[in-house]
Amino acid sequence: MNAPVKPKLRIATTSLAGCFGCHMSILDIDERLFPLLELVEFDRSPLTDIKHCGPCDIGLVEGGICNAENVHVLREFRKNCKVLIAIGACAINGGLPAQRNHLDLSSCLTEVYLTEPGLVHGHIPNDPELPLPLDKVHPLHEVVKIDYFIPGCPPSADAIWKFLTDLIAGKTPELGHGLIKYD
Amino acid sequence: MSDTFQLDGQPVSFESGQTVMQAALAAGHYIPHLCYHPEFKPHGSCKLCTVKVNGRTAASCTMPAEAGLEVESDIEELNALRRTLVQMLFAEGNHFCPSCEKSGNCVLQALGYDLEVHSAGFRHQFPDRPLDASHPDILLDFNRCILCELCVNASAEVDGKHVFALAERGNSKHLIVNAESGLLKDTNIALTDKAMSVCPVGVIIKKGVGFSIPIGERRYDQRPISEQALDDAPRPPSGAKHE
Repeated sequence: MNAPVKPKLRIATTSLAGCFGCHMSILDIDERLFPLLELVEFDRSPLTDIKHCGPCDIGLVEGGICNAENVHVLREFRKNCKVLIAIGACAINGGLPAQRNHLDLSSCLTEVYLTEPGLVHGHIPNDPELPLPLDKVHPLHEVVKIDYFIPGCPPSADAIWKFLTDLIAGKTPELGHGLIKYD
Repeated sequence: MSDTFQLDGQPVSFESGQTVMQAALAAGHYIPHLCYHPEFKPHGSCKLCTVKVNGRTAASCTMPAEAGLEVESDIEELNALRRTLVQMLFAEGNHFCPSCEKSGNCVLQALGYDLEVHSAGFRHQFPDRPLDASHPDILLDFNRCILCELCVNASAEVDGKHVFALAERGNSKHLIVNAESGLLKDTNIALTDKAMSVCPVGVIIKKGVGFSIPIGERRYDQRPISEQALDDAPRPPSGAKHE
């Protein structure tokens, strides 16, 4: 008789106000993706192109919150994921996008789309399909409860691997010297 | 009766006039610290070096060593407190490590690594702190200032120049430059000043040399700060018996 098949953990991933660098670092675990796929399957993720998140065990969110759509996606992840992880500098402290936080949003848009030298007939985009930018960029933990944080810009593949394998093994994830990095 | 106190259950000998921190470091015991610098009078402001002395908390950098003290340092209660202090410092300033030239050589960052601080946790304040790039050779990035006062002391006590000071109180406390214009270019600071080398974070930056050490070879890439801090401490000559 065959042993009962252990159900795989379901993981969802997304990039909000990020650069997909953390997703590149996830892919950078290279051939370790194969043993990982023995243990997990992917729900919503740029890797699967599934558009909405179903019930999941782990959610990995890259990037901070810079517009209204980011808030909706993050809430969808929080609602569906038992464990929600902020991955990378932007998700944890706003990162590069948050460097606009000490600037006035309208003056940012004006400079980029209207007064920048070399622009011809520039205008501030107002298509209803475009999500409205927020006044400030926020780290994820200011919007929903975040269970774990993997710092780094991006975190190294080894850091992501260590963190996920600890978590999947039911241990409290630890990074330790060499894997914990803020840059 | 020799002059020793107990640090986490181990005897540490000390000389008269030493603080708990000085005696501990000299004897090869690390107590996490940030604003303490062996060459300057302790400031006691960052509280990272808080220990329990006979059950009561005290800053080990200002606490005089006394025979028979029972000092606790490496316990979860205090490390949790230290973690929170580091988180508050990160939330209070603009510490954007990926673009900072001090990254990898930064004491605040290295303490965060050593204490396993994964997130600032608190609401980030994102304060508005414009740079001072007026000086031809030196950049001041106030975003990263943790108000440790080391540059203030170094400039006053060693350089004899009083280039820096802290102004105002509480949340509006900030580092200022001693010139009528408020700009560094109008001071007599020099690249060879002690004040140029004491900043534990990335406020006082020498222009034109950024990111000169590759990632992987920077100071705290090599070994955690808990192993390296002892290298900086004044130690008895090697071979000398100290316990």
